[in-house]
Amino acid sequence: MRDTTDLWLLLSACAAATYLWRGLGVLLSGRLNPQSAMFEWVSCVAYALVAGLIARIIVAPSGLLAQTALTDRLLACGVALLAYHLARRNMFVGLVCGVAFFIGAAYVRGAIV
Amino acid sequence: MTADGARAFRTGVREALGVPAAVLGAGFLGYGSLAADAGYSIWMTLAATFAIWALPGQLVLMEMQAGGAAVATTVLAVSLSAVRFFPMTLTLLPLMRDGSRGRRLWQFLLAAQLVSMTTWAVAMRRFEDMDVESRWHYFLGFSAICMGSAALFALIGQLLLVALPPLARFGLALLTPLYFFVTLVGEARTRASITALACGAATALGLHAVAPGWSLLGAGFIGGTAAWLLQRRHARHD
Repeated sequence: MRDTTDLWLLLSACAAATYLWRGLGVLLSGRLNPQSAMFEWVSCVAYALVAGLIARIIVAPSGLLAQTALTDRLLACGVALLAYHLARRNMFVGLVCGVAFFIGAAYVRGAIV
Repeated sequence: MTADGARAFRTGVREALGVPAAVLGAGFLGYGSLAADAGYSIWMTLAATFAIWALPGQLVLMEMQAGGAAVATTVLAVSLSAVRFFPMTLTLLPLMRDGSRGRRLWQFLLAAQLVSMTTWAVAMRRFEDMDVESRWHYFLGFSAICMGSAALFALIGQLLLVALPPLARFGLALLTPLYFFVTLVGEARTRASITALACGAATALGLHAVAPGWSLLGAGFIGGTAAWLLQRRHARHD
């Protein structure tokens, strides 16, 4: 486990690495075409990276979620997505249903075990 | 601030208070609880929220740090998850700058820190029927509420996690992953975005077993490039 100072330094580096893109956009605005193939590629890369992140957190989490069942996590995703669509793309309905299902499933497992 | 500027600022504040602040709040409520679980202090959670101001990047940092990934790969993965800000500020800032007098470059550089997916999408739509001066003030008002709401909910999530009974903690910890899952899968329409999702997820999970420190970068490069190639091939055929 790294100590706190290292974590703050890591956070600063990550913040700078994020700001880099914001700042570049300001400095180069009007000079670059945001519809170019290069932009399409980087946006695909960023999208796939975030998809990988969420897949990893759901399938192989660390911390608290590691104590829950994989089946429950996957089913909760399915329930949330279904509720989201049934409620005409309402994010809150989706999240509330998914989380309620997940808590219920964890409760039932606890009661059975 | 002129009377018109103040009015535009208030319009931004009013329009952010509602669905935008609440949806962001839900994502950051879960983030705060994950941060508490990962051993972050309240200051670290707030600093990450204000300094990075991009939930995916903040989660990448937390995940990779918890997994003991190398500093360089972590910074690179966070940076890649934030590349979307480049085309976003590139398209948004000229709308607030062209024709405005007296506003300096450093002000635009500071405003760039406020850009998020939500503020960008709303601003691009609302800017159409505003003059350049109003846009600037509207953007500041809207962004202030978004950032404030995110920080407040992250704080609540962090404090709630220790206060809640164990079962509710599980629900809170799942909130942010669920939020992204519904956003990503629910919004994926094009062939390229579906491919990027599937390839990214498959690559991350495949690499997780053999090289966890590289799984997110691998997912981005391999999944993203596959999706991009597919999109280009289809664009040529159309």
